[in-house]
Amino acid sequence: MAKLKQDKSHEMGLHQEQLKGKTQQRFFSVDESEKNLTYFHSFDVDTSKSATIDALDMTPREINREIRELMESGVGDITVDNPMSRHGVGVGILNRLNLTFSDSLGYFGCGLIDGPNVHIKGRVGWSCAENMMAGTVVIDGNAGSTFGAAIRGGDLVCRGSVGARTGIDQKGGTIIVGGKTGAFSGFMMQRGRMIICGDAGMNLGDSMYDGTIYVGGEVEDLGVDCVPGEMTELDVRYLSSKLEMYGIKTPNGVEKMNKYVSGKQLWNYDNLEPSEKKLVL
Amino acid sequence: MCGIAGIIHKNAGKDVNIGEQMTSMLQALKHRGPDSTGYAMYGDDNGNQVIRFKVAEAADLEGSFDIHAEIEGRIKLVNSRLKDLGAKVVKKDSATEYSHRYEIQFSGDMKKLADFVEDIEGVEILSIGNSLELIKDLGDATVVSEQYGLNDFNGTHGIGHTRMATESDVDIRSAHPYWAYPFSDVAVVHNGQLTNYWTNRRALELKGHRFSSNCDSELIAVYIADRMNQGQDLETAMKDSVEYLDGVFTYLVATKDQLGMAKDVMAAKPMVVYEGDDMIALASEEVAIRTLFDHHIDTFDPYHGEVKVWQN
Repeated sequence: MAKLKQDKSHEMGLHQEQLKGKTQQRFFSVDESEKNLTYFHSFDVDTSKSATIDALDMTPREINREIRELMESGVGDITVDNPMSRHGVGVGILNRLNLTFSDSLGYFGCGLIDGPNVHIKGRVGWSCAENMMAGTVVIDGNAGSTFGAAIRGGDLVCRGSVGARTGIDQKGGTIIVGGKTGAFSGFMMQRGRMIICGDAGMNLGDSMYDGTIYVGGEVEDLGVDCVPGEMTELDVRYLSSKLEMYGIKTPNGVEKMNKYVSGKQLWNYDNLEPSEKKLVL
Repeated sequence: MCGIAGIIHKNAGKDVNIGEQMTSMLQALKHRGPDSTGYAMYGDDNGNQVIRFKVAEAADLEGSFDIHAEIEGRIKLVNSRLKDLGAKVVKKDSATEYSHRYEIQFSGDMKKLADFVEDIEGVEILSIGNSLELIKDLGDATVVSEQYGLNDFNGTHGIGHTRMATESDVDIRSAHPYWAYPFSDVAVVHNGQLTNYWTNRRALELKGHRFSSNCDSELIAVYIADRMNQGQDLETAMKDSVEYLDGVFTYLVATKDQLGMAKDVMAAKPMVVYEGDDMIALASEEVAIRTLFDHHIDTFDPYHGEVKVWQN
């Protein structure tokens, strides 16, 4: 296993999981950022420069192009009025940016982003912030299914309730849900954390490889290979600080939240004989 | 994929232009299914039964030299059979050569009437009801709405469908909504795939139910009809259907005064609901509901296995 670099994030307990098997742990290093973290179409922006887009009569493509052109000209604080629940807007933003949507978005909003801080003053449809790498996305309303599918980093926050398969294939980052989640949340989760302040639907954490799920309410039932974990003081400190950042409270307090992790009976098939795989499944 | 939408007004009487509202929502869902569009809308009940039927498919008009004469012959047969059964036709309309709307006065056995008329080759009853108007045809919502003059339709509630054909042909027979034969005023739209369609279809056919297409969605309409025939109310029948139907689905059912929604136990198909004091609007995507509002609205996704029924 790679030697872990001790830094502030380790002190906060953010890298407490000791992964086994073939997984490689690689953490962000400032020294490598220049050569490894430069994207085509990522812009230097000034967050003191603001602009507003009225999207009432615009197509999703026009909205995204307008956002990109504003970023290209150095604008770092953009508000989009009247998004009208359109699909696929606010996607592919690969730099710092304060982006506000004054109303709801449709499917695949804010997908494939790496760095912006997004505030959506409404709800989002299916697959919000899919594949997010870094940044924050905060939704004031409810969210549809596959919320935060395959995110790798950043904070994805829904103050309301979300649909089914929340955090499916999550590979990192943190998903926070102020209300409840639907069925199969955390399905095939691989890393990261999911904090559900309300109830969780059936098959929570089904076939999860790794990662941690915290639930403040009732759990309908656990999926295959999802097992209760032991809440530690570190968990409580982490939850308190994370929820405080977004002004979200759990009904019974973070101390009474329950923790769920992978039983790790499914995740490393290489160590099992074919007959054993069948038994596990 | 397919898109479904529904709307029900609770306190507005029958003066709301739901034709325009449904068209607006369904057109916004065109990208989910451009093959055909269908409406089941509920308007005034003037005491007559409304029969919507077709005597050919739209494509038939281009496929046969004798089709126009055949259509004329089929219409004559329909008229004659209605007369034989004692049904009095008080009004006739036809938006196209193949699609017809009759208002009739009839107090006999509706199933017998439906079977007798459908026995004519090429004839299919799309719906029977006191206030139900079921219209479906090829094309998007704007095309169908214009063709059938639906933008002036006033009523209390309705459901609709934009279809992407996956399990059966692109034709009117396989378009939604489906009427829950032989129940007057009951219609269904569905988004999804049913995996136990044939098993359940055979069982229902053995009980005497008829299927007019090979589209899996028709199973829902027939199942609901079967349950209501056994005395179940709509909500109970829908709750039972969540267990009975296997596959992924979200569907809407409308009756004379109710609109219901059911979602499968995996919550695999989308549905967004707006619940206001006076109006409930549902659609596969919020972008459809937003066409009715110029301001922010709160919406939510129903959960797995959830059934909801609203009364107007």
